[in-house]
Amino acid sequence: MLTITNLHVRAGNREILRGINLSIDAGEVHAIMGPNGSGKSTLARVLAGHPEYEVTEGKVLYDGQDLLAMDPESRARAGVFMAFQYPVEIPGVNNGYFLKAALNALRKHRGLEELDAMEFMALVRARMQMLDMDETLLTRPVNEGFSGGEKKRNEIFQMAVLEPRLAILDETDSGLDIDALKIVAAGVSAMRTSERAILVVTHYQRLLNYIVPDFVHVLTDGRFVRSGGKELALELEEKGYGWLEADEVAGAAAAKA
Amino acid sequence: MEELARADAAWPAGAPAWLKRTREDASGRFQSLGFPTTDDEEWRFTSVAPIAEARFAVAINGRAALGSADLVPFRLTDLASAELVFVNGRYAADLSSVRPLPRGVRIESLASALATHAGEVEPYLTRVAAFERQPFTALNSALFADGAFVHVAATVALDAPIHVLFVSTADGAPTMAHPRVLVVAGEGSQASIVESYVGPRGDRYFTNAVTEVVVSENASVDHYKLQHESLNAYHIGAMHVTGRRNARFQSHSVSFGGALVRNDVNAVLDGEGIDCTLNGLYLGGGRRLVDNHTIIDHAKPHCSSREVYKGILADHARAVFNGKIIVRPDAQKTDAKQTNKALLLSEDAQINTKPQLEIFANDVKCTHGAAVGQMDDDAIFYLRTRGLSLDEARNLLVHAFAGEVLNRIPAEALRQRLEAMLLRQLPNATSTR
Repeated sequence: MLTITNLHVRAGNREILRGINLSIDAGEVHAIMGPNGSGKSTLARVLAGHPEYEVTEGKVLYDGQDLLAMDPESRARAGVFMAFQYPVEIPGVNNGYFLKAALNALRKHRGLEELDAMEFMALVRARMQMLDMDETLLTRPVNEGFSGGEKKRNEIFQMAVLEPRLAILDETDSGLDIDALKIVAAGVSAMRTSERAILVVTHYQRLLNYIVPDFVHVLTDGRFVRSGGKELALELEEKGYGWLEADEVAGAAAAKA
Repeated sequence: MEELARADAAWPAGAPAWLKRTREDASGRFQSLGFPTTDDEEWRFTSVAPIAEARFAVAINGRAALGSADLVPFRLTDLASAELVFVNGRYAADLSSVRPLPRGVRIESLASALATHAGEVEPYLTRVAAFERQPFTALNSALFADGAFVHVAATVALDAPIHVLFVSTADGAPTMAHPRVLVVAGEGSQASIVESYVGPRGDRYFTNAVTEVVVSENASVDHYKLQHESLNAYHIGAMHVTGRRNARFQSHSVSFGGALVRNDVNAVLDGEGIDCTLNGLYLGGGRRLVDNHTIIDHAKPHCSSREVYKGILADHARAVFNGKIIVRPDAQKTDAKQTNKALLLSEDAQINTKPQLEIFANDVKCTHGAAVGQMDDDAIFYLRTRGLSLDEARNLLVHAFAGEVLNRIPAEALRQRLEAMLLRQLPNATSTR
């Protein structure tokens, strides 16, 4: 579904991603872990089409299409969704109205009929219950005045309503207490299907106890330094990122010699 | 000022003597004041040179230029208890409609009121809108030929709004009109009035309107002004309101059109316990200029005023907001709050904004806030990642910005109509192309 080849990305003068290779198939859950500043969030944001980044090398194919040539809304309509690390507050825009507009934009693109207010409410109600969200969040402005946990839940709620094919979760666990984390993770896990791929970007292993990944990749300084199964996350939890960085330096030195 | 002489010739015979004297005073006043210049503090950022240097003829007739479909988008016939239509400042009975009205309500052409029962008009006309220091109000007072007279007797509540629609066309050459509106709400009465100014043919003309509103004790008046002039038109409009004890007054001003626009709202809270709301929304694009000047004069204790003005400016548009709040020495317990915000959609758009608080009492609560900002790029990106196009995202944000003003409009049907108008205007104002 998604193939990233030798991706180099720069923001301003700084090269943040330095040759990323990753292949994700439908039905898989991949986790990207790494220390702060390693480029995890940059990768997520580049995939969503954030305009601040410049791709200097490499390519990304999504269902055979050149993802990087598509604008953010085209990616969304093609089924790419990113849950933001810092969801944006939009004063004056009603959360429910916004979500209905987004859903209908996607449905239109997929050749489906637009939903009216009644149908929309029926659709969202069940998903709000699953995420233990207060229905008043629908009538409030998007993310404005939401607590940190409410914002993250709202992201997963949007994902549940928009039903993407490729879901990218950018540090969805940060700022969540353990109860909220469990609810959010259960919401994500409920969306695991054989047609959908999920890419979880996280600093901590904790979330991966609840969203168990098929693959774990460790990103350090803009490159993957290790890939493995779910046990890699546990190993990292135990030994910390320093272990891999030291390992990488040793490896590089060995290669040089 | 040959225009003055010519306009006077157009004045109907039988005008009352008191009015003739007032008009002569106003004419003299205008001639000594002249058009304001940018040396005048009240006009510092707004040059009216394009008006002063142009020649406008008083339109004798503009009906020929008006197509039958031209008025359709601006009509509120279905909502209104009465819809008075004026073409180039003159009442057009055949385009107007008045439903059966409750006893004690007069809604009519000002010219005909002056011709048949001038005594009802005399206590108010030109007494609310002072023209000693306001050249355009003086000019209007000297030249007005017609307009609307609304009188709601004590304790009468008129549910449906009254719509006064001023249409302008160029009639071959640039024209001018000086419409006059007088609204008198008797004690304990209730009314809402919508004034629309439209130029459906895109012509070049000059509208110089003056509205006077008297809100008696315990009366409630909601006033709406929809400025939808041609993009080549000059619009100067002043509304003067005086409120008595426990009156409630709301002004909602929406400014969409015009090349050069100046809206003045002067509200004098001349009684205790008055509740005054001034809301404004303005859109600017191209090289247009829109200037809003408001004055809320807290003359008596225990009054409250709420003011929110918001502007959306694209291209090279310019705007001016000047909000003066005066609290007189004995106006203790005044509660005044003013907010003005502008959203600049281009680097070349600009606004000069100035809150002006003149407080002479010590036990008052007065706050003001001003903010000028650009479109939030993070919000745009967020909306696009959910499938909205760039244009849809921008429109949604602009609409949300405007919503703070529109959502304060109490009349639901009217609010919806205005929202629809706004949505039609937005693509022009916010287009990235």
